[in-house]
This record gives sequence, C-alpha cells and structure tokens, in this order.
Amino acid sequence: MSALPLPPVAAFRGRGGRAVRSLAEDKLLLASGAVCVAIVALALLGPLLASGSPSRTSILEANLGSSSQHWLGTDALGRDIFTRLLYGARLSLAGPALIIAVSTVLGTGAAITAVWVGGRVERVLNRVLDVLFAFPALLFAILVVAILGTGLVAPVIALSIAYTPYMARVVRSVARRERSLPYIDACQLAGLSSWRICSRHILPNVFGVVRAQASIAFGAALIDLAAISFLGLGVSPPAAEWGLMVANGSTALLNGYPQECLAAGACIVVTVVAFNLLGERLAVRSEGRR
Amino acid sequence: MSAPLLHAADVRKTFVVRDESGRRDELVAADGVSFTLATGGSLALVGESGSGKTTIARIVAGLETPSGGTVELLGEARTGGRVSRAVRKRRARQVQMVFQDPYGSLDPRQTVAACVEEVLREHFDGDRCWRRERVASLLQQVGLEERHADQRPRRLSGGQRQRVAIARALAVEPRLLILDEAVSALDVSVQAQVINMLVELRRTTGVAFLFVSHDLGVVRQVTEDCLVMHRGRVVEAGPTADVLDHPADAYTQRLLSAIPRPGWQPRRRTAEVSDA
Ligand SMILES: Nc1ncnc2c1ncn2[C@@H]1O[C@H](COP(=O)(O)OP(=O)(O)OP(=O)(O)O)[C@@H](O)[C@H]1O
Ligand SMILES: [Mg+2]
Repeated sequence: MSALPLPPVAAFRGRGGRAVRSLAEDKLLLASGAVCVAIVALALLGPLLASGSPSRTSILEANLGSSSQHWLGTDALGRDIFTRLLYGARLSLAGPALIIAVSTVLGTGAAITAVWVGGRVERVLNRVLDVLFAFPALLFAILVVAILGTGLVAPVIALSIAYTPYMARVVRSVARRERSLPYIDACQLAGLSSWRICSRHILPNVFGVVRAQASIAFGAALIDLAAISFLGLGVSPPAAEWGLMVANGSTALLNGYPQECLAAGACIVVTVVAFNLLGERLAVRSEGRR
Repeated sequence: MSAPLLHAADVRKTFVVRDESGRRDELVAADGVSFTLATGGSLALVGESGSGKTTIARIVAGLETPSGGTVELLGEARTGGRVSRAVRKRRARQVQMVFQDPYGSLDPRQTVAACVEEVLREHFDGDRCWRRERVASLLQQVGLEERHADQRPRRLSGGQRQRVAIARALAVEPRLLILDEAVSALDVSVQAQVINMLVELRRTTGVAFLFVSHDLGVVRQVTEDCLVMHRGRVVEAGPTADVLDHPADAYTQRLLSAIPRPGWQPRRRTAEVSDA
C-alpha cells in the first residue's frame, strides 16, 4: 500500500506477517528446547521409571561397570548410578528452578520499577544492583552457608539474591528502551494507571528477554549449586544429587572407577548446555522481533 | 468570557545534555513561547527540524514539564507529581496526542481492537458489547477496515498505524488532539487520505488540533492559525494563509522559499491549494 521503508522487524518477519524464520526452522531452538523438556520430564517422572531404590547399598556390588542390571554401573557403596541420577534429578533441578523463579521475579520487578519511577529511586536501585552484581555468587553463597548452616535452603537463598541483579541488568536495559517508545507515552496520556502500564505493556514486551535470560541463568545456577554440593556445603549424603555424586565419586575415580563422576558430570553438562543454548536462541528471537 | 481551550504563556524548556567529555551543558529547546488556541480551533506549529515543535507539543500534552512559564488547559494550570485516578482521567479527556513515529506508537503485542478498547474501558462504563461497537465505529471513522481490528501493528503499514493511533486518541473524546508530524512519515497518496480524514474529523467532532509539521503545504490544508518556530522561539504567528502568503519574518521567508532540506519536501500541492 505504501512505499515506506520497513523497520527491521518487518524485514525479519516478511510482509503480511509471514514468519520468514518460523519456529520450525530454528532447529537449534527446537533441539535444545526438546532436551530441556526431556530433562525436566525425566526429573518429574524419574522415580516411576527407575526399578530399584537409590539408596540400596550392597558391598558386594561396589564399583561395578555397566551391565544389563546396572546400566551405568554402581558407586563405591554398590548403589545403582542410573537410579541415583534419576532420583537426583529432582533435587538437582529444584534448587536452580527455585533460584531462577525468585531472582526472575525480584530482578524483573526491580528493573521495571527502577525504569518506570526513574529519578532517585532508579539511581538507588541501580547502585544496589551494581554492588550485588560485583559480589561473586559462589562466595556469597558460601558466606550465607557459614551463617545459616549447610543444606539446600542457605545456598538457594544466597543464590536467589546473587542472581537477582543478573536478571535485573538485562531486563533494565530492554525496559528502558521500551519505556522510551511513544506507545508508553500514549498509555500515560490515555490515563492508564502505572500498574497497568507496567504489567500489561512493559512486562509483556520485555518477557522475551526475561525468558531467555532465565534459561541461561538456570544453567549457571545449576553449576553453582552443584559446586556448593561438591564442596560439601549443600545437601548432605546420602541424598542423591548430581553435584554431590561428582564429589562422592571422586574417590572411586582415583581408584580407577570413573563411572559415577562421569555420569553425574555428564548430566550436569548436558543440562547446562541445553538450557544455555535454549536461552541463546530465545535471546536471538526476542532481538529479531523488534 | 470563558477561558480558551489552551493557553501557553512564556513557556521555556531546557534540557541538560552532556558532551563526550561528560560536561554538563544546557540546551534551550523552547524559549518564551506563548500562544492561545480556542475551543475547536486549529493551530499549526511549523519550523525546521530541531526547532522545538515536539518539545512544545509534549509540554502541552503534559508528558514534559516546562522549565518556565505556564500551560493552561481550560483555564487550569498543570501541576506535576503524582495525581489521582480521577485527575488522570480528566486530563486524558482534555488532551490526546498522536506521535511522530508510527512504528513506536503502538504496543506490538496488542491487536488494534484491544488497543482502542483498553482506552474505552478506562473511560466509559459501557459493557463489552458497547465497546465493541464503539471500536468498530472509531476504526471506521479513521478509515480502517473491519479486518484490521484483529491485527497486530506488525502487519500494518505506517499509514494504518497512524490511523490506529488517531482512533485511540479519539476514543476518549478529547477536547484537544495534538498531531506531531502525524502525516509526515507517510507517502503522498496516503498522506492526502489521512489529511482529508482529519479535516472531516474536526468538522464533525469539533475537536481542536495542535498540528505539528514541517510541511507547509499540509499545514495550509489542516489549520487556520500558524506559529512559526525557529531555534525554540516563535518568530511569527497569525492566520495560516497570511503567514504563508505574506511572511513578515526573514526566517519564515527562507522556510517558504523552499530550500529542500531533510524531511521538508515542498510539494506541488501547495500551489494547487492556493490557486483554488
Ligand atoms: N529529551 C531530550 N533531551 C535532550 N535534548 C532534547 C530532548 N528532547 C529534545 N531535545 C533537543 O531539543 C531540541 C528541540 O527538539 P524537538 O524534538 O522539539 O524538535 P522538533 O522541532 O520536533 O524537530 P523535528 O522536526 O526533527 O521533530 C533539539 O535540539 C533536540 O535535540
Ligand atoms: Mg519533532
């Protein structure tokens, strides 16, 4: 109809809204998404699929290699590694999930509030976030463990706080860009409340970035939690948890039985890579949409 | 005598800017701007890029606070700070604005109908059925078709987006509609359509226009009065025809003598209209 120069988004989507790069064409996004879904499904359904108990020890079956009975072999106490991995998935994923849920809500809320209110509130919030950001997450978590004691609660609280600025920073820059667009001015002129503008206009428009960032942060939080478990500051044995299994298997590793370390380590790596890739692809997509 | 719809007295706006070395500097975007707009009137704000037109428009809309001077809408001065819901709504029904950039003017996630309906829901008590009818009639008023109602901005052309923005602004039935280069981004044929629509709109609804443009040909078709701005100051004011036909100020003369500059293309239409 008109000969207007099209903005990048139209070039990306093609005229008439036909997606030039549809979801189906983004193979990497689909693959990483599928892996993530599979991992979460396994974590939820795992105990149903496993045949044995994760805590049944048997000295006679210690450090066995893989067999039809023990697919991934057994650990130093003769526990089935595959069963322990399945059972451990819940605990290993629940921690990061909690951390990301809390830090996403806090970080997004803080970022949008800062951008919306502006002025001194924004300066103070930015300063707080910058200070928190400068604090190494793992160190902070260890500090909190020292105060609250080992277990899952202390590191989850600490990392939730530590990841908040990580989320807030990214959301802040996108929210600021969104805030400067005239449609937000139009909402204000129309008399809409601040709450409505922030929750119904700014939030949905930064959500693509929030989702991408949360996915990437999930992988990072998983590693941090695994490291804390590995250091013996997280959940304590005999619980099944991937980070703990790596620590537990390290003695056997030195004795020439690497299967527990390898299996648990592989679970961590696959999960982290899948969520990272998913996050990257989501980020690219949300960028392409503007 | 009742108060005019809009009265601006000695409005001044300075922006704090920082150069590369981070030094603070003040940029005077508007200075000593005064004008009056009667109920149902139409006033053009013309001037080259950077002359402060948008700044004045945003101050009138209440999106920017003036550094000096006053702006009164219906005899009531604006006060900054937090305002109650009632005040917010009352202000909304006084003034609405259509923005320069059609691509940023609409929420990319909202359909056309949802965008207009949201405003209706905020301001009127009617039920869903009433709102849907009202949306349809507003879209028709700005020359959009029914099928556009369920589309998202992504699918719309610049001209169509600008119409949606106009429909949204009209939804609250404002007394004053600020149009900031509302037709400048459109190509000539679409521009003519939108202009006709605007002229018709003012005739039928009695809404006043503050019409910001650097296109003098368009200004002549839409407005009765005209304010020429240059570097933040008003250099000439008066009835549009007088100002454009017999410019008194040297700057206006230069503006009229049609040195093509970015964004300011003299059009043949100017001549056609003055012949008629
Ligand atoms: N938020 C801001 N911060 C700093 N400077 C600003 C801001 N808004 C406008 N200015 C400056 O004020 C001056 C006037 O800008 P304004 O947007 O009002 O011009 P305009 O007449 O609308 O121009 P155009 O025709 O290009 O839209 C310009 O020099 C601009 O750079
Ligand atoms: Mg402007």
